[in-house]
Amino acid sequence: MRLIRAVGNWLDQRLQLGAPIAETMQHPIPRETASWFYVFGSAAMTALAIQLVTGILLALIYVPSAGEAWNSLQVLNHQVTLGWFIRALHGWGSNFMVAIVLIHMVQVFLFGAYKFPRELTWILGIFLLLMTLGMAFTGQVLRFDQDAYWGLGIGASICSRVPLVGPALVKLMLGGPIIAGATLSRFFAFHVFVIPGLLSGFVGLHLLLVLKLGINEWPMPGRLVRRSDYMEKYRELTHTEGVPFVPYGIWKDAIFSGVILLAIAACALYFGPFGPSGQPDPRIIQTVPRLDFFFLWLYALLSLLPPAMETPVLIIGPVIALVGLLALPFFSGEGEKSWRRRPIAVLTILLSAVTLGACRR
Amino acid sequence: MATRTRVWIYAGVRRIRYRSFGQHSGRGVGCRRNSRLVPAGPARRIARIGTRLSPVARERKQGYESWISLGSVDQFPPGQTRLASYRNPVANASDGETADIPCWVRNVDGNRFQVFAINCAHLGCPVRWFPQSRLFMCPCHGGVYYEDGARASGPPERGLFEYSFKVLDGNLQIQAGEMPTPGLSAANKTLIQIERRPPCA
Repeated sequence: MRLIRAVGNWLDQRLQLGAPIAETMQHPIPRETASWFYVFGSAAMTALAIQLVTGILLALIYVPSAGEAWNSLQVLNHQVTLGWFIRALHGWGSNFMVAIVLIHMVQVFLFGAYKFPRELTWILGIFLLLMTLGMAFTGQVLRFDQDAYWGLGIGASICSRVPLVGPALVKLMLGGPIIAGATLSRFFAFHVFVIPGLLSGFVGLHLLLVLKLGINEWPMPGRLVRRSDYMEKYRELTHTEGVPFVPYGIWKDAIFSGVILLAIAACALYFGPFGPSGQPDPRIIQTVPRLDFFFLWLYALLSLLPPAMETPVLIIGPVIALVGLLALPFFSGEGEKSWRRRPIAVLTILLSAVTLGACRR
Repeated sequence: MATRTRVWIYAGVRRIRYRSFGQHSGRGVGCRRNSRLVPAGPARRIARIGTRLSPVARERKQGYESWISLGSVDQFPPGQTRLASYRNPVANASDGETADIPCWVRNVDGNRFQVFAINCAHLGCPVRWFPQSRLFMCPCHGGVYYEDGARASGPPERGLFEYSFKVLDGNLQIQAGEMPTPGLSAANKTLIQIERRPPCA
């Protein structure tokens, strides 16, 4: 014990990290914020951690080659000890991560947490959502089976409809004239290096902002946000009746993250890994390509739209949605935070949920 | 300087409009003459940047298409539509089976052929031929095409993509090498645009 303390002291004398870490842990949060509604951010990070660990384990076996990827997945499923379980954890972890990130976003939206001064935190969050979806799509491609092959065809067909740069986008995406080895290598690089690197950096910034600006207080109907006096009021709220994050806030985060971890493991054990379905041989045309569940709504939308509406909706729709989300804190940065006094916000969420749910069938 | 820039931008915008070029002259038996769509001006410049970034494209500056044999014409009996496949002319050893591209061959009357890309003109899913109804159908969103490739119903905005073909020494050859996509794409320059049919009375 004395030895551990001696080593700790030796390290801290040089790194000088002990004091800032203790300060971060003890940072005051509003008393009502130590709530079960504020656990989704940390749960998303837990899911990310699971993805990182299982992803590294999978990369030890996986062969990112169009000719070999499918075979290496078979090896993982059937020959490597617990390979199937690691694949299942990674697959279910990705589903959980997308779901948790979306729930986190809905909670932040309904609790008005994107308002002054947390606009940048929200914007970084939007990019984190995009990267999470990017990881989900590139990951689905790495499971190089029939669905992945024809899913790439669908992606290329959508890209090709972008005016002017469509053909260039298709080549950039496929890395050549057809879906082949270069395509898989490209998606591997994005899934394993590019997006995780950006994602880690953005998560760091997102978290830094949460610490610097403080966690959102519990929204009270009638307590309006004003740029002129918000910082002062928040300071008062945290310093007079606030509680330290450790232990008042963290235990709920820890328990919920644990539940998520167990839920992912339970799904992985019970349902097993996703695929791979048939070999990625384009000559096998007796196939019904199907995207993973978080892209199914888009897939359904594409069958319901009239032909002439498709390209405009596909190209302009996401741009409008993205600009709307990014602009949100700037045109509604002040005022009421509580969802009880924001009927349009509640209706927006309900309408989106019903639409996405209906398109899943 | 400002005026020059504006003039250049204006010229650029004018040139963005897609120009129509005459199709290559008919090769072999029954080849169609048709117009093709090639992006002009800035669009082509952007497309060229994309080509430079592509490891495969760098090696083949002349374009991806070349004439490939689908085998003897005897495999394709008159009046029937059959699945054929070819090894993509641009392929690496590591591409595995992904470079084996299927296509539908229709022998119209013994002399005239039609070779369709497997990809639906909607989102690229593999269309299947149903001889009973003499229709191509797509499993993804229900796109349907007539036996001559013309659009019948469903979400596709156009007919199936068709390859140029020729018959050489009893072998059916097609000009292929690139996956066709529905956008107004330079990628489709050797593919024949199938006219839309008027709806059935």
